Formats: sequence, C-alpha cells, structure tokens
Amino acid sequence: MKEKQGPLEQAVSNDYKYGFVTDIDTDTIAKGLNEDVIRLISHKKNEPEWMLEWRLKAYAYWLKMVEPDWANVKYPIIDYQDIIYYAAPKPKKQLNSLDEVDPELLSTFEKLGISLSEQKRLTGVAVDVVMDSVSIATSFKEQLAEIGVIFCSISEAIQLHPELVRKHLGSVVPMTDNYFAALNSAVFTDGSFCYIPKGVRCPMELSTYFRINTENAGQFERTLIVAEDESYVSYLEGCTAPMRDENQLHAAVVELIAMEKAEIKYSTVQNWYPGDKEGKGGIYNFVTKRGICKGDHSKISWTQVETGSAITWKYPSVILKGDYSIGEFYSVAFTNNHQQADTGTKMMHLGKNTRSRIVAKGISAGHSQNSYRGLVRASKQAINARNYSQCDSLLLGDKCGAHTFPYIEVKNKTAIVEHEATTSKIGEDQLFYCRQRGIDPEAAVALIVNGFAKEVMNQLPMEFAIEAQKLLTISMEGSVG
Amino acid sequence: MLSIKNIHANVEGKEILKGINLEIKAGEVHAIMGPNGSGKSTLASVLAGREQYEVTAGEVSFLDKDLLELSPEDRAREGLFLAFQYPVEIPGVSTTNFIKAAVNEKRKYHGLEPLDSVSFLKIMKEKMKLVEIDQSLLSRSINEGFSGGEKKRNEIFQMAMLEPKLAILDETDSGLDIDALRIVANGINKLHSPERAVLVITHYQRLLDYIQPDYVHVLYNGRIVKSGTKELALELEEKGYDFITEGVDLNA
Ligand SMILES: Nc1ncnc2c1ncn2[C@@H]1O[C@H](COP(=O)(O)OP(=O)(O)O)[C@@H](O)[C@H]1O
Ligand SMILES: [Mg+2]
Repeated sequence: MKEKQGPLEQAVSNDYKYGFVTDIDTDTIAKGLNEDVIRLISHKKNEPEWMLEWRLKAYAYWLKMVEPDWANVKYPIIDYQDIIYYAAPKPKKQLNSLDEVDPELLSTFEKLGISLSEQKRLTGVAVDVVMDSVSIATSFKEQLAEIGVIFCSISEAIQLHPELVRKHLGSVVPMTDNYFAALNSAVFTDGSFCYIPKGVRCPMELSTYFRINTENAGQFERTLIVAEDESYVSYLEGCTAPMRDENQLHAAVVELIAMEKAEIKYSTVQNWYPGDKEGKGGIYNFVTKRGICKGDHSKISWTQVETGSAITWKYPSVILKGDYSIGEFYSVAFTNNHQQADTGTKMMHLGKNTRSRIVAKGISAGHSQNSYRGLVRASKQAINARNYSQCDSLLLGDKCGAHTFPYIEVKNKTAIVEHEATTSKIGEDQLFYCRQRGIDPEAAVALIVNGFAKEVMNQLPMEFAIEAQKLLTISMEGSVG
Repeated sequence: MLSIKNIHANVEGKEILKGINLEIKAGEVHAIMGPNGSGKSTLASVLAGREQYEVTAGEVSFLDKDLLELSPEDRAREGLFLAFQYPVEIPGVSTTNFIKAAVNEKRKYHGLEPLDSVSFLKIMKEKMKLVEIDQSLLSRSINEGFSGGEKKRNEIFQMAMLEPKLAILDETDSGLDIDALRIVANGINKLHSPERAVLVITHYQRLLDYIQPDYVHVLYNGRIVKSGTKELALELEEKGYDFITEGVDLNA
C-alpha cells in the first residue's frame, strides 16, 4: 500500500539526475581480492617496488582487522570478494593533451556539469578527473608547474615525484588506522596529488571530480595534499555515480599536511548515488579524511556538503600539532529516503593555543537517519586550547531521525570546550505561512533548508557554493509533505 | 470580487463554520467582529486554504475563480493575502529573502520576469517607510524573536510588498500600542484603492477609528448574525456582544 504523502514528503522525493552510465570501453580485472590482485594493480600502474611492498603490508594488516560496527548505520555484510578492484576506461591511444580525451568521456563530464575544456579554463579552476580507478585528465598542469605547484594524479606522482609521495603517504592516516584505511592502502587505484611549495599561494582552485562508472567496481581513491611553509591552497572535490541496484563501495583516504603558517581549505560536494526511494542500491561511502596542522600557525579547514550515498561513514579530522594552529569543520549532511549518514569530525588538540570550530548541520527527510559524531580532544600539552561546536538538526517529516554523539576528552584545565546543539522541524504552520505568500511547498522547503545551511554554504568557494545550493535543492525535490 | 455562499467548515470533525454568506466588492472595506472562538480565524484560514480546515458545503468565488479549487499558493498568487493573527517564525530565512521569494513567485505566476535586486530593494525602501519598519529587522530571520508589534508590522509590510487584491487582516490590531496601531492602519489605508478590497477581523472597534469600514458583520458561533454599517461597531462597543448574541439559537 502506498503511504499518503503530505506536501513535505512530496517536496523531497528526489530523482537522481547523475545516474546515467557511460558506454565506454573499460579495462577491468576479475572480481575479488588477494595478493595477486594487488600485484596486478601495482603492475598495471607500473609502480616501483616500494609501493607494491607498502600495499602488500597494508593488505596483511587488513586481513587481520575486523569491520567496525560502532557507527549508527546498518547495511548487509559486504562481500569483499564480489568487488572489482580495478576498472579503467581504455584510452584509444596515449593521451598527449586534454583534446585527445575520448569524446564520450568528455560528454559524460559535460553532463555532470564539469567542463574540462575552454569554459573551465576561463573560470580558472584546475580540474583532475578520476573515472573508476584512474585519473583521466588534469587541466592547467603546465601553468601550475611554472610556480612550482604540482597537481596531478597520485599514480603520476608515484612515477614522477616518488620521494614526496613516499615521505608523506600514510603519514597522517597510517595503513593500520582503521579497516577501510587499510583496505584503501592495499588497493587504492587513483586520486589526486597536490604539492604547494614554500611561500606560494596557489592562484586557482584545484579540483577533482570522482566518478564511479563500472558496475560492481569499487572506488578506492587516495588524495594527498602537502602545503609547505606559508603556502595556501583551496581544493575542491566532487563525486557522482550511476544509478545501480547493487550497492557500490567507495573507500577513500585523504591526507592533508600543513606546515608552518600554511593553510589548506578542502571542500567536498559529495553526491554519490544514494539509492532509490525504497533504499535499493547506492554507494557505501566509507572515507577516512584527516589533516595535520604540523607547523605553528597553520590552518586546515574542511567544508563538506553531503547529499549522496546510501551510507556515509566519514569524519574529516584535524590533528592540531603546531602551536596556534586552527582546525575547522563545516558540514551539511542531507539524507532522504533510506539514506544513513554517520558523519562528523575529530579535533585533536596537541599544541598550545590551538583553536577549533565545528559547525555541523544535519537535514533528514523521508525514512533517513542522520547522525553527527564528533570528538574534541585536548591533550595535557594543549594549553589554552579552545573548541566551539555547534550541531543543528532539521527534520523534514516525522519518519526520519537525527542523532548527535559528541565526545569530549579534555586532559588540561586551561582548555575550553563549548558545545551547542539544536533540533528543529519544518512545521506545517511554517509551510502554510510560506504557501500563503505564494511560495509552493518545494520552494518553501528549499528556502528553509538553504537558510538552515547558510553558515556552512558561505564557507564554500563561490562557484561551488552555487552548485552545492542547486544540488541541495535537487536532492530535496519531492521531499515535502 | 469575493463571494462566499453558505460555507460550512469542520476542524477535527467539529463543525466551526455553519453557513457563512458574504459578498465583498472591489473597493470595499469590510470588518468582521465577534467574540473569541466564534470562528473568525477559521473563516480566514478556510479562505487562505489551510488544509486542516475541511469545507463540507458551500462555495467561494474569488475574481470569478472557484477559490476552493486553488492551492493555497495559487490563491496567494491570485491576490489573496492573509495577515496572520500569529505570524510564524522561520529560523535561518531572512525577512528580505522570504519576501523576495514571495514577490518573485507571484511574478512568475503572472508571466513576469523576477525582479532584479536593485528594483526589489528600491520598492522595499519605499514600503519600509510606509510601515516605519527598520532595515535591521528585515535582515533578521523572519519573525524570529520579533516583538508582537514587530510581527504585525512585518505582516503589513509584506502586504504592502505583495499588493494583494484582497487583504484579510486577522486581528492585526491586537496587542498594538497606539503608535503601532496608527502605522498598521496607515498601511492598510495606503493599500486601499477602487480595485482592492480589505477584510479586517478584529474584536475591538479601536482600529475602526482609523479605518473606515463600509460594512461591519458580527460573526457568532459560526454564523454571521448581524450586518450593518460603521454604526454597528459603535453599538457593539457600547453594549457589548450580548445584545446581539441574546436570542441567537445556538443549536439552530
Ligand atoms: N486547529 C484547530 N484545532 C481544533 N480546534 C480549532 C482549531 N482552530 C480553531 N478551532 C476551534 O474553532 C473555534 C473557532 O476558533 P477561531 O476561528 O480561532 O475563533 P476566533 O478567531 O473567532 O477567536 C474554537 O472553538 C476553536 O477552539
Ligand atoms: Mg482568531
């Protein structure tokens, strides 16, 4: 029997518009995971011996680990032998420039609203595109190289800058960190690498778009960003996937390193396929993102707008090691239908006078569950550490849930940790008030939700903010009742 | 402009409106008075299209359209405005953005381009003067933490911005001091024109010192039990509702 939908449910029952599949020749390996598969991946990527050893070591750890079950999410057991660990669009020939990229691929990205060609050049955003397991194209590479900025795929970095990769890879998220990080370390296939040399302010936004195309393929990308002393970079990440009935696994690792007085701003607009209205299909998004403020006066800021994925398990964190370093986390997580999100952050204060700020906004619609999980830890040495956390939940309808799990561990008396939380609901009276002014329920919900999320949206770079706002509005379509 | 014929309406299965008849022509000002609980707000809600209020019988035509067939938002876009007795707070949505959305939705409905920011601000500045409302109030979340008087003035401000054909004001005068009352009345008088009509719901005659109603109706127990001119309001003020309600058969 069909449930009766009120205006609120109707306004947020969404259609995923990125759900198409690109018909492209793909080089895939057989399903399943074992040492040979890892060797094969490493071989296909023509990796040096140390990289293969690193992978195998991670795999050995992973075999001994158990999948975590503490998050407030439920999903059937994942069969890790039923996943394809390497899928790469077959290039027709060796690519010398962007112009030679398969037109089918280019049109895929045009459909996604990502133009790799002239338009993007004009707007001044350097883009790296990762489809399934490999990086397709990186724009603006030469211009960036002139000022010493390295922006390329991680596979390329392993070939061209092995010393940098070897030094930093796994230094923030060790392969032993957690189950999914270990898995990623063993089988990661591509991702982006950014290196900003000392004193350089990266003149353009660097961005990577991730796309899972192949059926049954998992995506295990690895991103590494290193900002040397007094440098600055703003990095954007966007993700989409086709609609499929089977769940697909995405287990990424992102590591950020900020040296003295360096600043890294990392923004994500995550729109993996969330599954259909009944909760069938969708991406399992199990991601480890962590940055370290290594130098004094450094700053790392995470901003995320999460609208996709069937399940999100993600806690972008900052280790505040340098004195006077600053960590920030701004998040909007929107869940609809049967989506489950368990997301939040960890702020680990180690240095003196370190500051952190957390602004987390959860929006739940349909039958979804949305949890904020955050840890603020101030060590003995973290004299005068300060944290301010604000967690707000907005409920659309009465079949969804919002949960807040704040953990606070303070080991010294000079630290001050503040936490505020609110939960509100879009009420029938608010909706009616809007409608009486000529604003239909969908527009009303969009207005209210965007107002609710504004503080976080304002953190996004301009171009991204508009995209994110549109995305939020699209995701909510039909969720009003 | 508005023609209400024998409207019956239920709330939670209970009949609140028991056969209302009312004709409002363009250019007229009508006042509905009556004791608490007699169904004044219910009538306003029914006209605005609130879903909890179930219309069980009767018809309403508004500008030659079947009002009851229209969604609440389309009624608003057609030019029906309700100043709420209890304006609703919407955290995070600035008053300016809210009104801009409302104005542009209405324009879209009538096939007009949305107003650009400059023209919108210009109109807003004009109307702000009219209701003596402060810019700082408009950048705050709509109605959130507003005083009672500020909420009511904000309703009148929205009315001024939307320029409705028919404005229904549900006890907009309650809880206002004399200055605010004057401002609100002034806003209503400025809107009033030969093409527009106003329906004020009030239970004091005080507001009617500032607004000249053409007709006054007394709503009691879900029915209009007496209609007259401004003199009726004065009489009510003097004698109270009892003189009217006496002898009205509640069970009829
Ligand atoms: N949403 C509602 N739920 C239940 N009863 C209601 C509701 N709205 C109005 N009523 C009832 O309808 C009657 C008329 O109320 P109302 O229209 O608000 O009167 P007035 O505005 O004239 O004071 C009252 O008895 C009131 O309790
Ligand atoms: Mg009332």
